[in-house]
Amino acid sequence: MKPPIFEYRRPATLNEALDLLREYGGDAKVLAGGQSLVPMMNLRMVHPEVVVDINRLSELDYIRLDGRTLAIGALTRHQALLESEEIAKGCPLMSEAYRYVAHLPIRNRGTLGGNICHSDPSSEMPAVLLACDAHIVVASHSGVRQVAINDFLLGPLQTVIEPNEIVTEIRIPLHSQDEGWAFKEVSARQGDFAMAAIGTILRISGGEITRASIAVVGMGDRAARLSGVEQFLLKQRVSKSLFAEASAKAAELVNPDSSHQASAGYKRSLVETLVARTLADAAGRSNA
Amino acid sequence: MELVKITVTVNGQRYEREVPPRLLLSDFLREDLELKGTHVGCEHGVCGTCTILVDGVSVRSCLMFAVQADGGKIETVEGLGTVEKLHPLQQAFREKHGLQCGFCTPAMLMVSKELLDRNPNPTHEEIRESISSNLCRCTGYQTIVEAVELAAQLASGGSHERT
Repeated sequence: MKPPIFEYRRPATLNEALDLLREYGGDAKVLAGGQSLVPMMNLRMVHPEVVVDINRLSELDYIRLDGRTLAIGALTRHQALLESEEIAKGCPLMSEAYRYVAHLPIRNRGTLGGNICHSDPSSEMPAVLLACDAHIVVASHSGVRQVAINDFLLGPLQTVIEPNEIVTEIRIPLHSQDEGWAFKEVSARQGDFAMAAIGTILRISGGEITRASIAVVGMGDRAARLSGVEQFLLKQRVSKSLFAEASAKAAELVNPDSSHQASAGYKRSLVETLVARTLADAAGRSNA
Repeated sequence: MELVKITVTVNGQRYEREVPPRLLLSDFLREDLELKGTHVGCEHGVCGTCTILVDGVSVRSCLMFAVQADGGKIETVEGLGTVEKLHPLQQAFREKHGLQCGFCTPAMLMVSKELLDRNPNPTHEEIRESISSNLCRCTGYQTIVEAVELAAQLASGGSHERT
């Protein structure tokens, strides 16, 4: 239960960090909040030769408005996001989802950038970012690229990040005024990993659905959008029966694995219930 | 093995030590500084027993390396009160039987200190939410919640109710 030996580097700037990653590449691991990496090191599941501690890169710790986009520095702590008024206003789906994320001591350290790089299938934020069509800014010595979150996440603990790259920013288009949102989760205990969670955004114009984003947590290898359900909802008029049909469709479309906490059948029925509840809440919150 | 020189302030006292990078902050406090009040349970961030305050906020000391605390201000249970002069939280835990075996207690005290520092009059629900990061296998939590409520009263100079 003690981490293996490693070399420790603590860059003071992003450029220094990128220098180190160029030098060490795949032998190095970036340490952000450490709330997933350090347990894995303690359990000897990972043993990096070099740990590049980016906690002093205050240049990556910010929440700011960039036109119609929320720009979040990768090192921004979960608790700062949970308490942020900019997030509550510009991305209320994220604020609502943070009700379910871990506990204060974990949120005080854990970062949004670290969270998505860890790509845990039962983590809430990848689904929030998927529902919001977020983009991830990734830097290396050879330049900067932007990746849509759907392309960024590959599978459990796997993303498109190369060993010489660092996530620097998460970019989220602002919710528009006529959009409603809802995030709901079922877990065994407060703050525990999700058995199932759904994040939904609906735009409704004149009673007709013009945008539907529904992201699911806890089914399969990674968070995913339920595009079959989204397509089904588009251009339809809001009604109880429509939402009931959509929820039943969602339960058919997901492909959950049984776990020690919940059988596949139970997870499927959670998806049905959570989709129904988030659709109702999102519709209620949309201004149309 | 490479050693790194660090300076930390723990409960107001400054320490300078050389540590290997892989040394967990929890082990640094217990072994290097001999401050055994910070307990170690699961060592992967689940049980909460090693929770301390770093620069004013609660963290799992088993999920931080000592080198990362370089330049930081650390508060542990040893900094709360003394046997002669208990901190209001300690007084309240004692009066309300907020502990039995005592294993989870130092961290329960530290997360409660963070809560009361931020919010001197927490609701029942806020107290429950705050201690939900920490496991206790003895008390069933009720007496801990009552203790934190009493501590809030004591700290605000309220009546010293006994039941």
